[in-house]
Amino acid sequence: MAINPIGAQPQRPVEERESVVIRFAGDSGDGMQVTGMQFTTESALAGNDIGTLPDFPAEIRAPTGTLYGVSAFQVHFSSRNIYTPGDDLDVLVVMNPAALKTNLADLPQNGILILDKAEFSEPNLKKAEYTVSPLDDGSLAKYQLYPLEITKMTTLALKDMNLPNRSVMRCRNFFALGVVSWLFHRPIEPTLHWISERFKKTPEVLEANIRALKAGYNYGENTEIFASSYSVKPAPIAPGEYRNITGNTATALGFVAASKKSGVPIFLGSYPITPASDVLHELATFKNFGVVTFQAEDEIAGVGSALGAAFGGAIAITTTAGPGMNLKAETVGLAAAVELPMVITDIQRAGPSTGMPTKPEQADLLQALYGRHGEAPVPVIAASTPVDCFYAAFEAVRIAVTYMTPVILMTDGYLANASEPWRFPKAADLPDVKVEFRTDPQGFFPYLRDERTLARPWVRPGTPGLEHRVGGLEKDYLTGNISYAPTNHEQMVRVRYRKMAKITQEIPPTKIDGAEKGKLLVIGWGSTYGSITAAVREFQAKGKSVSHVHLRFLNPLPADLGEIIGRFEKVLVPEMNMGQLLRVLRADYLVDAVGLNKIQGRPFKVSEISAKIARMLEE
Amino acid sequence: MSTASTASTAKLTRKDFVTDQDVRWCPGCGDYSILAQVQKIMPELGVPREQIVFISGIGCSSRFPYYMNTYGFHTIHGRAPAIATGLKVSRPDLMVWVVTGDGDGLSIGGNHLMHALRRNVDLKILLFNNKIYGLTKGQYSPTSELGKVTKSTPAGSTDYPLSPMLFAMGAEATFVARTVDVEVKHQQDVLSRAARHKGAAFVEILQNCNVFNDGAFESLTDKGTKADAQLVLEHGKPMVFGKDKDRGIRLKGLALEVVPLGNGIGESDLLVHDEHDPVLGFLLSRLAPPAFPTPLGVFRVAERPSFDELMNRQIAEAKAKSGEGDLDKILRQGELWTVS
Repeated sequence: MAINPIGAQPQRPVEERESVVIRFAGDSGDGMQVTGMQFTTESALAGNDIGTLPDFPAEIRAPTGTLYGVSAFQVHFSSRNIYTPGDDLDVLVVMNPAALKTNLADLPQNGILILDKAEFSEPNLKKAEYTVSPLDDGSLAKYQLYPLEITKMTTLALKDMNLPNRSVMRCRNFFALGVVSWLFHRPIEPTLHWISERFKKTPEVLEANIRALKAGYNYGENTEIFASSYSVKPAPIAPGEYRNITGNTATALGFVAASKKSGVPIFLGSYPITPASDVLHELATFKNFGVVTFQAEDEIAGVGSALGAAFGGAIAITTTAGPGMNLKAETVGLAAAVELPMVITDIQRAGPSTGMPTKPEQADLLQALYGRHGEAPVPVIAASTPVDCFYAAFEAVRIAVTYMTPVILMTDGYLANASEPWRFPKAADLPDVKVEFRTDPQGFFPYLRDERTLARPWVRPGTPGLEHRVGGLEKDYLTGNISYAPTNHEQMVRVRYRKMAKITQEIPPTKIDGAEKGKLLVIGWGSTYGSITAAVREFQAKGKSVSHVHLRFLNPLPADLGEIIGRFEKVLVPEMNMGQLLRVLRADYLVDAVGLNKIQGRPFKVSEISAKIARMLEE
Repeated sequence: MSTASTASTAKLTRKDFVTDQDVRWCPGCGDYSILAQVQKIMPELGVPREQIVFISGIGCSSRFPYYMNTYGFHTIHGRAPAIATGLKVSRPDLMVWVVTGDGDGLSIGGNHLMHALRRNVDLKILLFNNKIYGLTKGQYSPTSELGKVTKSTPAGSTDYPLSPMLFAMGAEATFVARTVDVEVKHQQDVLSRAARHKGAAFVEILQNCNVFNDGAFESLTDKGTKADAQLVLEHGKPMVFGKDKDRGIRLKGLALEVVPLGNGIGESDLLVHDEHDPVLGFLLSRLAPPAFPTPLGVFRVAERPSFDELMNRQIAEAKAKSGEGDLDKILRQGELWTVS
């Protein structure tokens, strides 16, 4: 290690921990996201299983030091398999009083609290709405408090560089990261490497950040502020090669993979919106894959251009969040009517209206299922973890092109930005996506359907002899010519529904985590996967009769779901909404399922789900 | 157009572009003439039928694709330019036409039309302007004159109208032209030029709705008055008009004026039409009756790389620079570690 120890080190005790949850919190200009991500990488390289939760304000640069300008990043790392970013904190690192105020509630008694003493100045305390400094009023006595001189030590480390104060302050996060890396035995090489790459073009910044990081590490090692350090052993992770990945990156890669495996190029029409924009950014870097990214003039043009590209024979994608879903609804209806493939990606955020743009929610489900005029059924697929976004995106494309239908892919703001280790597949191991463009004019009708899938043929314009017209008007069952015939309309409505039902043949038998039958079945969808899994496993370990089913397909629902539900006495449906899947399950299966609903712009804590399960088991 | 010719192209006639669908416009509608002229010029473009796509929105005009025996897509209200943009960018080999109207293109879809024009997407955009909402049975449109009495404006409309020409010029479209439904030859010439323009070609076609706004362009099309009402623009020619070719357009300060020829005013005093002059194009766009004749023809032409061309060039460059995308390479991006 490139750390320079000063003389021999006193041997300090090392405490072993199974899991640690640490949160870095500071002003949105303090670089907390970078700090968190680097700590994540360090932990991944240390062999731990990890889960992360970034939490940042919608304001890009809120006034410094304010409560609403606080940005945080939580990392959970463990020597066993974990499914969530963690409930309660073991360590809270705060860079200013505002961060302390907004995050302290999540630190249990006796938790480690590291803060930057110099930042607890009169003006900063005032901005954080403290009348008395929490350092003076004894309110922090119940924590293991480490008021470090982060600002002072960083300044000292960079003293001879003659940097402006502003630049020095920007290195504080790396000092903090250095301290925490030492405290938890994290290798700092990955971060040194990252800094070297990231600041290649600004050698001064590069040097300053490296110095700050090393100074922080040495500070932990050489001072005796911390009585002990902590080690978290590697987790029993399946052997293989890993990388870390966020949901949005995984989504983008899933699309590219499906394009590669089908040999059909991607067209993405999109309008920037939080938290979906990163998928656009990501895909824009894959031009050498033939990926066309079109930043449209609005959400409607985003989906419209995608539909135009689908008509031209591209894998058409649009990405958005709730407000954009509203605007795209009419075009999704057209896509359903003309039966062209397309993936509409809804990276859900808290609503209604602008709501809380950077916070996750699952309240767009009913909109995805039903939010179009007329009878316009559309398959709906949801990703359950950041890594799963890759496979869900891949599957959404496959279903769209196989069944000639728009597909709604749902993730959310939590999955979008959270990350986890991914034992990524080899391209060769991914299944092929079969796309067949019709070229034979013999016996061609635009709405002649495949027997197995009920899909109509996909014809690329430019194919001689297959010139035809499609449109939003109701069309004849076979020829596609405009038809207002009453029975034809009913036939078309019904066949579009039957096509959805056909998709159930693509859904593998539902995986039940736990016993096949029993007392309580917990049914979830989307990003609640981790919390539900962790909670259910707790009870299973205690021998309780609790099982878990997590749905990938929300439309159509798996063919075996009704029968599975029937094998359990009770059904619990935790959702980050007012009970949308619950409503669907109650309606479809006449089951007296119970909801657990959290609408706080934050994922469920494991304990919240556990508490509900415990109550239901007692009843 | 980088379209591959098929053996059949040479033999195509107007009839090859006619579908077996009944045309459902009202008898006497100006749309019939436009359909006929478009079908007439198609075989002369040398583009195989299967390479041509007509995309429309909603409205009377937007039924157009059903009657063209090419590929076609009748979409939703106002969105045709957006849908066409996606098609053209992903399939630059196709020739893409957009058919829209004054309501579809300038009211509900004004945003998309503006962006398609300023981006210079290689689309041939035909805007049928009948100054009325026909399909919804006779409400005023964004091009209806102020004070227009319709079902929705019994006391007269209080909306100031939008000029399609000024709109297109404002968006800096690279081809801006106007023609009239009944001027068959003129229409064919303008359409042919639009078809051959590389970039966004915008053509306003003044079109009579004989049911809800009959006679909206009567003075412009009536045999007795049209010579005085039309200013037919020809590149490089002085702007002369009138039954006896006795009037012209002259520049006065920063505006245009109508002057009688004779009494010391000759053709050399008149403005000479220059399609490449955007300022002149803008001045012409402002000319309107009753003080001025209505200009017809190509107002402005500019050369600028089209959006689809630029987008696809970036892709070609990326492939040339980094090679055809390797999926394994991007799956392996970032910090990797091995668990054994």
